[in-house]
Amino acid sequence: MAEDKKEYFRWVESTYVNPDIDWKKAEIISAGIDVGSVSSQMCVLCDGEIYAYSNTRSGSSSPNSAQNAMDLCLKDTDGLKLDDIHYLVGTGYGRVNIPFCQRAITEISCHGIGANFMYGPTVKTVLDMGGQDCKTLRLNEKGKCLNFLMNDKCAAGTGRGMEVIAEILKVPVTDIGDRSFDIDEEPEPVSSTCVVFAKSEATGLLKDGWSKNKVLAAYCAAMAERVVDLLNRIEVEKDFAITGGIAKNKGVVKRIEKLIGVEALEPKMDTQIAGAVGAAIYGRALYKKQKK
Amino acid sequence: MITAGIDVGAASTKAVIMDGDKILAKSRQLAEGEEEQVIKDAFEGALSEAGITKDSIDKIVSTGAGAKNVDFSDDSITDISSGARGAVFEVPETRTVVDVGAEQARAVKCNEAGKLLDFATNERCAAGSGAFIEAMARALQTDFDKFIAYHFESDKDIPLNAQCAVFAESEVVSLINSEATTADISRAINNSIAERTSSMTRRVGIEPTVTVIGGVALNKGFIDSLQRFMETEVAVPDDPIFTNAVGAALIAQG
Repeated sequence: MAEDKKEYFRWVESTYVNPDIDWKKAEIISAGIDVGSVSSQMCVLCDGEIYAYSNTRSGSSSPNSAQNAMDLCLKDTDGLKLDDIHYLVGTGYGRVNIPFCQRAITEISCHGIGANFMYGPTVKTVLDMGGQDCKTLRLNEKGKCLNFLMNDKCAAGTGRGMEVIAEILKVPVTDIGDRSFDIDEEPEPVSSTCVVFAKSEATGLLKDGWSKNKVLAAYCAAMAERVVDLLNRIEVEKDFAITGGIAKNKGVVKRIEKLIGVEALEPKMDTQIAGAVGAAIYGRALYKKQKK
Repeated sequence: MITAGIDVGAASTKAVIMDGDKILAKSRQLAEGEEEQVIKDAFEGALSEAGITKDSIDKIVSTGAGAKNVDFSDDSITDISSGARGAVFEVPETRTVVDVGAEQARAVKCNEAGKLLDFATNERCAAGSGAFIEAMARALQTDFDKFIAYHFESDKDIPLNAQCAVFAESEVVSLINSEATTADISRAINNSIAERTSSMTRRVGIEPTVTVIGGVALNKGFIDSLQRFMETEVAVPDDPIFTNAVGAALIAQG
């Protein structure tokens, strides 16, 4: 049963190096590492511009996850080493366990600054859908966080929840968004909030003759409803952006947009790196301050 | 008067046949396959054990999450009513009923006749239900009997921080890789669900005697943890899985 061994929750790890930048000519090289519960990222800035980043799956140990993200990020950077980086900031759930960073800053601060950089100063509301939590942030034009709400108690509405669904239905997690639109008519969202109960509900719906795509649609809709509660509580102000892994799932994104009546800005880069980008920006500022 | 109580739960369907206060037969069928067939099998199992046919039953009352799906019942009631009635029948001094099933948990406050006074439920979240323990035991790679034995080998209270069963599963895996023993982790799992159950019960008030029913009541480790969190002794009927079905059969008696 080769099919059963397939890991449907796997998403694509990624790296990027900007070919137009020569890090050797940079005055300040700063970096951020975001060790999350499910994924870890590193981002390197050369004089405030994105030079390289990596996005990898987290392991069970935070130091190892940070090391992995760094190895991958620096792999094709023409000899850039940890020692060449002037200031490294850690963030995310595992931030206090990154041995080689100079400072740890909360992911709320980093995500705000990162989203401001990635989507521009017009972004006022950010929804970050992470691996094991979901946050909504309200930002000022500088990316400073004015207010935030967070769910980190329940897997419903998080990337981990989506991974569980992928495994139950044996559909690769990266295909869920597209497949959820390949249906005749939009179904009602599934009724149970809980990811554990979702399993028996999925089995029941398939038995009732629902197609896998229709069940996926009902899940994406339920997840959208769930996070819209958080968005309504913080009150969405335009521009609106979604970061984190679920931002890549159009099945959830489009349904959120429909529910709140606001379209999210189109992402220009990997939506999972916002925390690492923000940390690298903090790193640059802290290095400048230190030099003074 | 001969009556039947049928409790259609998430994990299994239970059928009980009673003649007045006397239990004639009990039968249980796991919820595998078509629900209609599961219900039929449970009911027919009880009939054959009692050695009677459906015609000799005066009234059938159904209860549980799937109560409405018993198409041959005369009446359907909530598991809150059946749990209170059944628990007071089995443990007469019961004033608080804690019913922890596979996917739901309830706390019910009742009077000496088993009439409902107040209740609180959790049916939206696996934390605090049998599904939570199942998921954790799976992560521990142990079976139910060993899991209970492990609980009593530990006297250490290590915290299990995650509330969500999905997150707790990863936490248990991290604990396995840390210094914690399987015994300590088993106890932590029971503590976690007992804490959740206890705070739900506090919403209706913990008035002795507290009687625990439902499949999770068979987990003696959970009962041990629950007694510590509630700071009171709790009673468990001999066959707590059937208490709701017994309550339904009693309510059918009138």
